Amino acid sequence: MSLTQAVWAIIRRDLLLAFRRRAEMANPLLFFVMVVTLFPLAVGAQANLLQAMAPGVIWVSALLAALLSLDGLFRSDFEDGSLEQLLLSPHPLSVLILGKIFSHWLVTGLPLLLVAPLLALFLGLPEKAMPTLWLTLILATPMLSLIGAIGVALTVGLRRGGMILSLLVLPLYIPVLIFASSAVDRATSGLPVTAQINILMAMLLLALVLTPLPTAAALKMSVN
Amino acid sequence: MSIIPAPISRFFHKTASPPHFYALADKLIPWLTVLFLLLLIPGLYGGLVMAPADYQQGDSYRIIYIHVPAAWMSLFIYVLMAIMGGIALVWRIKLAEVMLISSAPIGAGFTFIALVTGSLWGKPMWGTWWVWDARLTSELILLFLYLGVTSLYGAIEDKRDAARAVSILALVGVVNIPIIHYSVEWWNTLHQGPTVSKMDKPSIHISMLIPLLLMAVAFKVYYAIAVLQAAKLQLLKREASAQWVKSLLEKPQ
Repeated sequence: MSLTQAVWAIIRRDLLLAFRRRAEMANPLLFFVMVVTLFPLAVGAQANLLQAMAPGVIWVSALLAALLSLDGLFRSDFEDGSLEQLLLSPHPLSVLILGKIFSHWLVTGLPLLLVAPLLALFLGLPEKAMPTLWLTLILATPMLSLIGAIGVALTVGLRRGGMILSLLVLPLYIPVLIFASSAVDRATSGLPVTAQINILMAMLLLALVLTPLPTAAALKMSVN
Repeated sequence: MSIIPAPISRFFHKTASPPHFYALADKLIPWLTVLFLLLLIPGLYGGLVMAPADYQQGDSYRIIYIHVPAAWMSLFIYVLMAIMGGIALVWRIKLAEVMLISSAPIGAGFTFIALVTGSLWGKPMWGTWWVWDARLTSELILLFLYLGVTSLYGAIEDKRDAARAVSILALVGVVNIPIIHYSVEWWNTLHQGPTVSKMDKPSIHISMLIPLLLMAVAFKVYYAIAVLQAAKLQLLKREASAQWVKSLLEKPQ
């Protein structure tokens, strides 16, 4: 089996597994919507305040939703032993992991795009900021999965890794949060967002190339 | 076979062996302590007594002699930890793991000092304890990175595995160091720009600069003392069943 075939097989398998458990797929989405709903209740429903906070609120909620869904990335594979099979495969582990991360993103990251308009409506985000919000979500949610994978790989062997996972991963998410929310914020006031989008793209490429290596090293450490 | 000449690699292997390192650290610590005091006392005297008061900030700028060296150390130690992590991952040298783990709490301490003194300095200068300025924020993130390292090490039971995990994490975290450093240029807000590194014409007077540099070197020597002490303890814990620890303990003091 060639490397490409192996990666496709992993993506297919993970997607199949995810569709067999559709209820779990909805959880990060529901969480995303719920967290956004909490903000107007907590800070009051003044339209101008909510509108000013909207980019930040949406992005912090997306970050938390991504964090919540991360644990599923390697957990079940670790428990049923298929992660060990992955490690034994003759193909480079870091590339195989990329397949796993991609399917995880398809299932947890991409759906955030579908509910984003709803949340924009809740918070009164202007329509002209919508394309930018989508663009930042498309560029930045894969990064959340890629960076998060390092943290999951480091903590998958621990019985209660959840708290430590957030402590490890959230500081690394901060640059993503800064540029993504500032892009949406600028789009709200009609300013150009090219710089932020370019930086996000650069960071995505960097993450795509660099993060699978420590993830693979950490998985090897966690499994033995 | 190897590009490193044999005598050098032999020296490293010898130094990296735990009993040898332990004895070496024992010998070094008194000398380093003397050096530390020789740097600290003139540094503090020069900074707190001899240097003139600032024409705008008066005497309150003098906290710079603690704040800036601590902030430098917080970055320096993290980079050093990443280097140790790389060495530990590539050559599996146990001593590098020990040094990495021993550095983390010290680095966290320096980061905390930098944050606290910065906040104390900010109160009279900016009129507030805390502003969400780029450098303050990234220093805070650095503290979180340090705490992540220590808590991950604590959570994994097998300490060999834990050291590998922490090495990977330190290497990943070091990606954030350039962001922290260049954040001054990226989001130029309340925090003043760098004053010392403009080497061609520093915007700080020489009578203020010399004590600052003395303090910076003193802090580095202090770190060396602290990390050697911590590494000695770590080594004793890890090698508790080894012969050299037993003979060390049985030796009459």
